[in-house]
Amino acid sequence: MRSRRATESLFKALMIISLAVVLTTLAGIIFIILVKGAPALTLSMLIETPKGGYYLGKGGGIANAIVGSLYLSLGASIISILLSLPAAFALQKEYANRHIANFTRLTLDVLWGTPSIVYGAFGFVVMIYFGLRASLLGGIIVLTLLMLPIMVRSMEEVIRMIPLELKEISYALGATKLETTFSVILRQALPGIVTAVLLAFGRGIGDAASILFTAGYTDYIPRSLFDPVASLPLAVFFQIGTPSPEVQERAYASALILLVIILIVCVVSRLLGRRFSKHIVR
Amino acid sequence: MKWRYLKDSAAKISIRSSLILINLLALAVVAVLLIKSKPILMTHPLSRLLFSSSWHPVKGEFGFLPYIVGTIEVTAIAMILSVPMCLLSAIYLSEFAHKRFRELVRLVIDILAGIPSVIYGLCGVIAVVPFVHELGRLLGSPTTGYSLLSGGIILAVMVAPVIISVTMEVLAAVPKEARESALALGATKWETARHVVVKASLHGIIAAIVLGFARAFGETIAVLMVIGNVAKIPVSLFDPAYPLPALIANNYGEMMSIPLYDSALLFASLILLFLVGVFSLGANITLSRLMKRGYYGN
Repeated sequence: MRSRRATESLFKALMIISLAVVLTTLAGIIFIILVKGAPALTLSMLIETPKGGYYLGKGGGIANAIVGSLYLSLGASIISILLSLPAAFALQKEYANRHIANFTRLTLDVLWGTPSIVYGAFGFVVMIYFGLRASLLGGIIVLTLLMLPIMVRSMEEVIRMIPLELKEISYALGATKLETTFSVILRQALPGIVTAVLLAFGRGIGDAASILFTAGYTDYIPRSLFDPVASLPLAVFFQIGTPSPEVQERAYASALILLVIILIVCVVSRLLGRRFSKHIVR
Repeated sequence: MKWRYLKDSAAKISIRSSLILINLLALAVVAVLLIKSKPILMTHPLSRLLFSSSWHPVKGEFGFLPYIVGTIEVTAIAMILSVPMCLLSAIYLSEFAHKRFRELVRLVIDILAGIPSVIYGLCGVIAVVPFVHELGRLLGSPTTGYSLLSGGIILAVMVAPVIISVTMEVLAAVPKEARESALALGATKWETARHVVVKASLHGIIAAIVLGFARAFGETIAVLMVIGNVAKIPVSLFDPAYPLPALIANNYGEMMSIPLYDSALLFASLILLFLVGVFSLGANITLSRLMKRGYYGN
């Protein structure tokens, strides 16, 4: 009996230690970025584009990367929403044949798991084929590929949670599938859909590997879809790669900006989810 | 009245075509990678590509062995470091912790799962690389710190949110009655967790680990920043390595001038897509089956 108790406390201790290690490591990451990034963060980092000699430690900021990242991920989000909303509905049994739906789920699972560098390589080959250079358009297309499976699968999850009775009532009242979809299902699922979009947006804005060759990098804010575009993850990556310590400190500041954007997206998605869910029929 | 039905069928068609489009997109990714890797597969035997360690693109020698070994080793280190801790943490959170605390930690873990990999990489450069450098000095194996071990540590941290959150979900799906009957028979809480809860959800836990593994295997930027990128087969933890994703990322821009180089890099992407795709597909299928079955017993 005593040994069983001892085992119990031994493992309990082990578990608590593990959890403490995991949580402190993770908290440590946020702490490091805060401590290293905050001193280097200035207003001109936020609102100016790099000036001559920026990468040697002279003046300017990374407004090009902030705006570029927003362009890229907003563009990709819009295309992804247009594609994934119908797809998420299509995976329900009212619309698609069960086999096709299941097959598409498998496809989406594979796409979800595909490393973003593979999307980057794929996108680059396709762009060369069409004679496109690294550009905003290329970056948006590749990010769409990355975000699409995340969006469809999480939207589908939400839509599937809606009680069957609601649909049945709507059909019983004589509504068509489309009417049911828009006025019952979509409305019910809206908070979840918003959360899904924000989740994908967060992934998109933080991804570096896929846009490494497809979006390029530039010191300017792009004026057309065919201009190359800077992005925050790559700004961090390139600045930490320079030999000069001043520029490396700007990498910390850029990382802090990126982190803050991600945290805002996270919090907003939770708040929106909670606010919308008030109006939901249970 | 008819107009409503017309709209309905129009919507049906467009909704279905979105499914077809998604499948075509996936097909296009695979097809492009296959077509582009064909030149190198035609001129070099597969066994030499996979098992030779001579990498001299200019001479037309493409041996992927150092990269493949580097990828496998760094992923293995990450899993060895991460899996035991993550499982213990998840079991604690799901079986022992107070509900409030569990929800709080779940929130933190969700946020951490969304942190971009470049930030993990940056923390690696700031904190892990100097730490490994010191550790190497103390242990008498000099190293710059940019090494297999640094890559493994960073990956271990990155996969933790994935493994913990999926495992928690899997454990939560075990019915309460199973726990109650074990406790009623006089089992301690740990025994219940170990012999009832974990046993019942073993498949799901394995799937969670595989998902983490797949994430680690394809991770690019964070690893690239700390692992040193030297194309030699590493023999010690403190040696630099060069995983496949880093190879693609580092060389993609300038590959056009050397014949077959682009084909080789797309072949590397194909290997990644194939391995990671198969793993995550398997894990996802296992998880969705388990969730549907409601877990009981076997």
